[in-house]
Amino acid sequence: MSSNDTDTAQERRQYITFLATGQEFAADIMTIREIRGWTDTTALPHVPDYVRGVINLRGMVLPVIDLKARLGLGLTEATAKHVIIVVNSGDRTIGLLVDAVSDILTVSRQEIQSVPDVMRESQNDYVEGIAVLDGRMVTLLCMTKLTSSFGGGVDEFVEHAA
Amino acid sequence: MDPMEAIKQTYYQECDELLLAMEEGLIAMESGEADSEMINAVFRAVHSIKGGAGAFGFSILVAFSHVFETAMDLVRSGKLNPTPDVVKVLLRAGDKLSDHVNAARNGTTGVDDVEVKAELARLTGADPEDTGVPAPAEFENLAFAPIMIDIGDDEPAAPATPVWHIRFAPQAGLYAKANEPYLLIRELGMLGAIEVTADLSELPDLTSLEADQAYFAWDVLLRDCPDRSKVEEVFEFVSGDCDLKITEEATAPIASAISAPGLPSLDDDEPVEPAPVEAASPVAETQLEEKKAAAPAAAPAAAPVAVDVVKPTIRVDLDKVDRLVNLVGELVITQAMLSQRLLDNTQQGQNVSVGLGELEHLLRDLQEAVMAIRTQPVKSVFQRMPRLVRETAAQTGKEVRLEIEGEATEVDKTVIERLGEPLTHMIRNAIDHGLETPEERVALGKAAEGTVKLSAEHRGGRIIIEVSDDGRGINRTKVRQKAIERGLISANGNLSDEEIDNLIFLPGFSTANTVSNISGRGVGLDVVRRNIVDLGGRITIGSAWGKGSKFSLTLPLTLAVLDGMIVAVGNQTFVLPLSHIIESLLPKADDVKPFGANGMLLNVRGAYVPLVSVGRLLNVPGASHDLHNSVVILVESEGVGRMALAVEAIVGQRQVVIKSFESNIGRIDGIAAATILGDGRVALILDIDGLVAGCREGAGRPIDYQQALGA
Repeated sequence: MSSNDTDTAQERRQYITFLATGQEFAADIMTIREIRGWTDTTALPHVPDYVRGVINLRGMVLPVIDLKARLGLGLTEATAKHVIIVVNSGDRTIGLLVDAVSDILTVSRQEIQSVPDVMRESQNDYVEGIAVLDGRMVTLLCMTKLTSSFGGGVDEFVEHAA
Repeated sequence: MDPMEAIKQTYYQECDELLLAMEEGLIAMESGEADSEMINAVFRAVHSIKGGAGAFGFSILVAFSHVFETAMDLVRSGKLNPTPDVVKVLLRAGDKLSDHVNAARNGTTGVDDVEVKAELARLTGADPEDTGVPAPAEFENLAFAPIMIDIGDDEPAAPATPVWHIRFAPQAGLYAKANEPYLLIRELGMLGAIEVTADLSELPDLTSLEADQAYFAWDVLLRDCPDRSKVEEVFEFVSGDCDLKITEEATAPIASAISAPGLPSLDDDEPVEPAPVEAASPVAETQLEEKKAAAPAAAPAAAPVAVDVVKPTIRVDLDKVDRLVNLVGELVITQAMLSQRLLDNTQQGQNVSVGLGELEHLLRDLQEAVMAIRTQPVKSVFQRMPRLVRETAAQTGKEVRLEIEGEATEVDKTVIERLGEPLTHMIRNAIDHGLETPEERVALGKAAEGTVKLSAEHRGGRIIIEVSDDGRGINRTKVRQKAIERGLISANGNLSDEEIDNLIFLPGFSTANTVSNISGRGVGLDVVRRNIVDLGGRITIGSAWGKGSKFSLTLPLTLAVLDGMIVAVGNQTFVLPLSHIIESLLPKADDVKPFGANGMLLNVRGAYVPLVSVGRLLNVPGASHDLHNSVVILVESEGVGRMALAVEAIVGQRQVVIKSFESNIGRIDGIAAATILGDGRVALILDIDGLVAGCREGAGRPIDYQQALGA
């Protein structure tokens, strides 16, 4: 799943970009199952604040993660214009609450810069790299790492909820 | 997976089915209802198990099933009358056979079958250890049976190891099935010293040679192998595809060609055969093919009415079925949403409502049909019980008859899988604790043989399983006394009969004075209740002193749906599993008392139970913390007993489809799963045990009394 190992420098991959907190992020298009509008969630008890609750995605109970809150920038004031990106990676499916979806990008490996060392910390482990395109800077997120960082079950939550 | 391993798994699955068929047949024989077809079915089951075991080299299993098969063959041919005593031995042999299969499956050894083997041998009149000698079962052709017994008798008198002449001429089909004669001959070489001569006489010249025909034959002289059956085993898989003759070379090389199979038993005076081992020869030259042909012929073509007609089935991956079940579930929910929205929001509601109603009907039918795929008759669990009863009866020295009713009742597969353990405990309990010894029973004027009854039936969308016995019933005085001794209840507590009966479910409770290997450790019924509660069921006891007791299990038909009470807290809805709810009530202001630093107690008709606000416990947004105006639901959990949960309102009661989200987000304390309500919103299903646990952990959190009391 992790792309870094096998890809050659020439390989081009498609990313979907989306906006949250005024920044532009991107995720591998293959991990995105669908994009849908915001609906009210059913809140879950004993979870960190960035878990906004669960929604009914055609019979599947889908947890929704607030990307802004996950990045530590406070809760998103969700409206009908907000978007939930349904991410499917590994055996997990989660929804990611973002402000808007903007574009589809094709990026080759060589256009991706690694995260500056100063910024590197375990918390943003799920940042795959940074792509600079036409003067825009897009942060590429690794969905596998992002989704698995909410899970792991109780320990994760106990730690955050405490 | 290793391909051989996969084949073995299939074999074990088949064994399970065969063992069940065998058990069924034997039980029919026990009750005297068996016809020849059933007896044949038992024989075939044993035979097939043996055949497979041979292929995998489970020699112990082969040896045992062989003896068993021998006995069954005598019964089948009418030479052994299936009297109750005989059937008892056969039943025990059946139990041992399934032990052997399990041992083979688990790779263990050490099934103690000596006794049963000896008894079987006594029935067949053969030496129990002499399994290699072609006993009657080797020859399905019944006419041979008497001759074979003769050999058994003669065997000790024939000391010389025979020299076998094996004429092996493969047919084209043998090669077509990718068999290799070399391997077979090599196999023979492992049995003893061999001399092999290839017979190339059939080989045509190159121009007329057809590549896919078989031309070679081999003559093998095998020494030092006393067992004819071993030789036959080598050729077991190719017997239909070759001409095979096995004769005794040294003694009567020519005689083998003359005497015909099926010849009447030979006198010693018979002039045809001058050789010393004359009795063996006619048998020895029987061709394998004939025996194979005899096997299917032995099974009558028309199945008698008494036998259940086996309906054709397919094996389907459970995952596939589950997907189907889920999809249909979605369809039902979507339909409900659709109809709600249409009827709420449009003026033409009336026009579409008829169509929607029909759609709903169809969907319900579809859902039922799909759910039915996952169901199985409880028979598969019930069938294991007769053996358990026999064993427990033997261990306790009691005489027990098991009556089974309603074994065709169907339940979801997952429920069935988890039903075995509680039933085992309950039946053991009924025999060990419930039934009296035969002497006591006679003294009480009851029949010496006790009855344990196991029944299943559908009632009101649930399945009721009852285990009852006609034994002594629950001795409430003794139970109460024991409970006080063990400090489970206080000595001056006032308990109703029902409450006393329920004490026997407490962990560690046992009225038995000594621990036996059947019961007495006080684990059994505790486990039973936990299993049943895990399945979303309930267990109740009815007992009359001196007349017996009855345990009733009420279980949901499937684990995919749950009976729940829908409650509102704040702006959310929650589902409480109905199986945990005792009652709901509206408490009066002075029934709620603060307790300790941050606890609350509720007075329920004199008993104080901890009162917890669901809204507070789960931090529900918008929840009111006014305990006085809330509805209280009294629940009972395994861990802590009773507890009162305060919610804002009860919305209703309904069946909900359980949706797990654990794989996406991990486990959350206090939440068991989620469900989707008719309006399409997600509602969380509360896990009462988890809630209670969370409540204890959170005991340090101070509660604002002023707010809590609404003051």
